[in-house]
Amino acid sequence: MLILECPCCGVKAEETELAPGGEAHLKRYGPGSSDEDFDNYMFARANPKGVHFERWRHAYGCGKWFLAARCTATLEVFGTYPAQTTEPPAELQAYIKSRRPEWEGYK
Amino acid sequence: MKRYSGFAVAREGLNYHLGWGRAWRNPAPRKKYDVIIVGAGGHGLATAYYLGKNYGIRNVAILEKGWLGGGNTGRNTTIIRSNYLQDPSAAIYEKARSLYETLSQDLNYNVMFSPRGLLMLAQTHHEVRGYRRTVYANNLQGVETEWIGPDRVKQLVPIINIDGPRYPVLGALYQARGGTARHDAVAWGYARACSDMGMDIIQQCEVTGIRQANGKVTGVDTTKGSIDCDKLGLVVAGHTSVLAEMGGFRLPIESLALQALVSEPIKPCMDVVVMANTVHGYMSQSDKGEMVIGGGTDGFNNYTQRGSWQHVEETIRALVETFPMISRLKMLRQWGGIVDMTGDRSPILSKTPLGNCFVNCGWGTGGFKAIPGSGWAMAELMAKGAPGPLTEEFSMYRFREGKFIDESVAAGVAH
Repeated sequence: MLILECPCCGVKAEETELAPGGEAHLKRYGPGSSDEDFDNYMFARANPKGVHFERWRHAYGCGKWFLAARCTATLEVFGTYPAQTTEPPAELQAYIKSRRPEWEGYK
Repeated sequence: MKRYSGFAVAREGLNYHLGWGRAWRNPAPRKKYDVIIVGAGGHGLATAYYLGKNYGIRNVAILEKGWLGGGNTGRNTTIIRSNYLQDPSAAIYEKARSLYETLSQDLNYNVMFSPRGLLMLAQTHHEVRGYRRTVYANNLQGVETEWIGPDRVKQLVPIINIDGPRYPVLGALYQARGGTARHDAVAWGYARACSDMGMDIIQQCEVTGIRQANGKVTGVDTTKGSIDCDKLGLVVAGHTSVLAEMGGFRLPIESLALQALVSEPIKPCMDVVVMANTVHGYMSQSDKGEMVIGGGTDGFNNYTQRGSWQHVEETIRALVETFPMISRLKMLRQWGGIVDMTGDRSPILSKTPLGNCFVNCGWGTGGFKAIPGSGWAMAELMAKGAPGPLTEEFSMYRFREGKFIDESVAAGVAH
């Protein structure tokens, strides 16, 4: 069972308490952007077999959104971090790199 | 290949059944093929079969990283139906269902198609309205379905609890010619027919790269060396995004785990397929007597072919509520498959930004029922290089244009 530590309230929450929210760090495009950018933002998703950054909500806990780094090939959880960031924290990236030397890095 | 028949069984019986031979060859890859299909599951093999049968394209290789039919083809609940709301979906699923009717004869391989009837229960007033609408739509599309009341449901499924405490059964969308088939036999039958046409099915051969020149595909790199091709078809379900990345394009797809389970075998007690979408579970009884059970997907990206325990519990809870007599059944096996979900829960059969590379994916939680129709339509797309009537609505560019084929809203559930 998937267990993520909510960075907002500190609770180690298991899957039934959490609501998945899809890919994290999407760059948003609105009016004035090209069709291709908007199409990509709306529909195309990173769907890697390996390191994946995603949004979660502690739905049956504190109710806050947060972000998590997970491996979709093994279900290993690398860590969670607050949602108020535009990219994963450096120490988390370094930790992922130590666990997955073949990882090409964020973006 | 030896033709299977009653006479052949008698003839081989005289020789202790030692003379049958293998159903398909296991060749080493050649240097070049006209067409390479990646993925020897139901959809990939069906694509190859109809390329040969309908278009005479037989210099074809089907590459498979594991063993044929070992992915979602071997991991589903074998349900076949075509009671979809939207016209393009009804067209391709009904094509598939109608091909299933004669598939055993076409392939000379018993796929055990059993059109035993399929019920989608309406357990809220919203569902009653939704399914009555679907019945009207199906009648216009030429798909035979009807709306039936609770009494008829009880007559068809004596073990059902009509007056459920939470969700009483208010009626059902009934497709009398829906049903099940033997999933492995579908893959094996197509594989045998493809091999007989001279196509090479190459197992344990994983594609590691897609080679291209001037915006067109020229071949693939595999764990068994590089192979050239004129046209490439990607038919790999859950791993589509991984292959698309090798091809240099992105798709609106996420890979999720979907689970199924079977109970211990019991005496025949239910001779139709029942789907209960409000509580979210579906069940049928296999020929061996096992209750075959499925439910919803997990909500997060996953490539591990294992699902979450609470989804098993959720599904069982839903079905115990609907069929109280199964509460004492022991579950024998449980497994997961990786399904490729699109935003509108409809498949993608499309040309791609890479020339001569075609993709057939996004069947999500309901691919098995579509295998013959999907192969038929994909073969037309690949042979002509342009979409035909069955595929033109299923382009990967429909999202950009806002032309969704919205089956998630139509059913209130992914299927």
